[in-house]
Amino acid sequence: MTPDHDALFKALADPTRRAIFERLCGDGDQTVGALTARSGVSQPAVSKHLGVLKHAGLVRDRHEGRQTHYSARGDALGPLVDWTRQMTDFWQSRFDDLEDVLARMDQ
Amino acid sequence: MTAPSRDTRTVMVERELAHPPEKIWRALTTPHLIEAWLMHNDFAPVVGRPFNLRAAWGAIACEVVDIEPGRTLSYRWDAMGLESVVTWTLTPTPIGTRLRMEQTGFRPDQEQAYQGAKAGWPRFFANLETVAAGVD
Repeated sequence: MTPDHDALFKALADPTRRAIFERLCGDGDQTVGALTARSGVSQPAVSKHLGVLKHAGLVRDRHEGRQTHYSARGDALGPLVDWTRQMTDFWQSRFDDLEDVLARMDQ
Repeated sequence: MTAPSRDTRTVMVERELAHPPEKIWRALTTPHLIEAWLMHNDFAPVVGRPFNLRAAWGAIACEVVDIEPGRTLSYRWDAMGLESVVTWTLTPTPIGTRLRMEQTGFRPDQEQAYQGAKAGWPRFFANLETVAAGVD
């Protein structure tokens, strides 16, 4: 696993960030103001959470006049798919080695 | 302990091996044998006991969750910000043993994130299901 996974999992581990991310997934683009109105935390806190989500590649921002719009990135969870693939390869090769060990062991 | 569900967040590998369950159990629970096929370790078959698996690239923090000698072994497998549980199940067969490894790789809160994302991205998750089908 790479550090990218770490940022991704850490970003999603916080319930407030997760709620923000889920809202962007379900409702599309939103401004910090709109997200703040429904989040129950302050605007600076929401901005900070959005920064973490952006760093993890989960959201992108778009500036429009004085407003910044945020949206969810559909490709962001890709590393999680890679994780299942990587782990399957890992375990298949561990099973190969386990079979070698069993062949060498006494009954 | 509830069996991990076989959904897209579970990695499952299963093989039928021409060896009796008792012998495979020894390979899964004896430190010098574990080292021969998995990693260097300080495993002991005691529920609640932490242990580490060590490789050149780092360590995996583990803790024994459940043991039924000769039948099933579960341990937590925490590495690189990801918490998971690895469960081994041994089932006797006419030629030996069917050995199954299931790794359930996401915390409940990550599961929620998945569900939230799922609402927004049905097509992405259709692809994920395809990948997961290949895993089985």
